[in-house]
Amino acid sequence: MDESMGEVIACLLSFSEMDWQGQKAAEQLMQIMLIAFAVVAFLTGFAFGSFQMMLLVYAGGVVLTSLIIIPNWPFFNRHPLKWLDPSDADRYPKPQPTVSAKKKSTKQK
Amino acid sequence: MHSFGYRANALLTLSVTILAIMCAMASFSDNFNSPSPSASVEVLNINRLQKLSNGDDEVSLTLNISADLQSLFTWNTKQVFVFVAAEYESTKNSFNQVSLWDGIIPSREHAKFWIRTTNKYRLTDQGANLRGKDFNLTLHWHVMPKTGKMFADKIVMTGYRLPEEYR
Repeated sequence: MDESMGEVIACLLSFSEMDWQGQKAAEQLMQIMLIAFAVVAFLTGFAFGSFQMMLLVYAGGVVLTSLIIIPNWPFFNRHPLKWLDPSDADRYPKPQPTVSAKKKSTKQK
Repeated sequence: MHSFGYRANALLTLSVTILAIMCAMASFSDNFNSPSPSASVEVLNINRLQKLSNGDDEVSLTLNISADLQSLFTWNTKQVFVFVAAEYESTKNSFNQVSLWDGIIPSREHAKFWIRTTNKYRLTDQGANLRGKDFNLTLHWHVMPKTGKMFADKIVMTGYRLPEEYR
């Protein structure tokens, strides 16, 4: 049991971080899921006349959402950035800071 | 949203905010409940009416209290606190209110009840005004919700009168 839990945690940690689009998708998915579960929880609680039912449904929704949103699932890393290797970098021109003349003059004043 | 911590923090804050909104909506939904409670209190016996050594009148009653408060309960009700108060006018105070009995109703199943009891708390006047006094018995209740606003209301029952002589 402990070994398999360790493997699961090691597997989760081995995922690389979310890319930009993955982060945006994760945030939107989180908001949609939480609001949807809140609506469902309120309606079921009201229909069954049970406040506890509302809390349980919503708590289940929050747990499910956190399982989907919080780990670095590969699903959120489909558009990774491609960085140059340091040894290749010298072969390309270095980016020059582009400063417009107007801005410079305002700064000097 | 780039790390575990930021996502956990964002999820926690949003989920708790939504929970607060849900609780506010649950409290708001109580306004759509229009209760129709009923109650009656019968004075079975005046056990004694006497003057205490400090000159104040004290009376002991046996009451038969019956009430149906089931309609007060909604899905957002934790419990209902009820008390029966004797209310009367005297020369010293324009309004006297003395609690005689109280109770906590934990659920709808217990909200239809009757109880035969002597007064749980002493009915003592500030003075000697109780002989031949007309008084009201009022059933007050406070609906305590799980979240949000507390409601309170009462049923006033009139036409009770204490005996003319000490006994």
